[in-house]
Amino acid sequence: MIELTRRYRFPAAHILSQPSFSAEKNLATYGKCANPNGHGHNYQVEVTVTGPIDERTGRILSPDLLDRIFEERVESRFARRLLNDDEAFRDRVPTTENIALVIHETLADEVAKRSSAEVIRVKIVETRHNSCISGAIA
Amino acid sequence: MVRITRAIDFSASLRYVRPELSDDDNAALFGSRARHHGHNYRLEVTLRGEPDPVIGMVLNLKDLQQILDVEIMARFDHRDLNLDTPYFEKDPPTPENFARVIRRILIAALPDGMLDRIRLQQDADLWVDVVEPEP
Repeated sequence: MIELTRRYRFPAAHILSQPSFSAEKNLATYGKCANPNGHGHNYQVEVTVTGPIDERTGRILSPDLLDRIFEERVESRFARRLLNDDEAFRDRVPTTENIALVIHETLADEVAKRSSAEVIRVKIVETRHNSCISGAIA
Repeated sequence: MVRITRAIDFSASLRYVRPELSDDDNAALFGSRARHHGHNYRLEVTLRGEPDPVIGMVLNLKDLQQILDVEIMARFDHRDLNLDTPYFEKDPPTPENFARVIRRILIAALPDGMLDRIRLQQDADLWVDVVEPEP
């Protein structure tokens, strides 16, 4: 089993707040992350793909194509923005878990459309102290 | 069962070329990677097994380092992958192909069934893992 992983970075703001909760309940649930004025992180995204190696190019997936897809679908959408403003987080709190799931779904669809590779895992490193993996662990 | 990982660093130069193609066609297929360039590679080698009851190791780390020195460092460190090694005469030294070459070399050099996985890191933001099937 062979996998290729590429790491990206983007800075973004978010607020951990469940709209159905009161301000007090959000504070009790999310602590300082519930600050209604927002806070931000330098997110790292590790995207792992697998698939057949194209024996002509020697590649599972061109990193240039993955870079373009990431730029179009993730970077331009989330970098230097408030994640809560994105439609993906209308009904989901932008926790590390939900960010991993949203980016995994987004990249999986686009990579499947434009290559023979499959996105099997997305890891989000939110800070030095917390990270989340969506997908299979080898 | 335990898994133990040892890492080594080495530097090499390379070009992505298919010998049957012209320079222009190689440039069209591989872009700037068809030019002579280089990387600081990091190789993580993970072994699996039970620790020997006497020495307490899956494989003596000293012996593992000796294998990595002879099989990997001597072959690839401060070498040109295309000109100084026999592995990329037909296929470009992409991280996928390079990882498969290293896997073959290590499978032959290590005791049977001991290799669990390798991670070949081309730079801080790109790496390839080759994971052996479960025993």
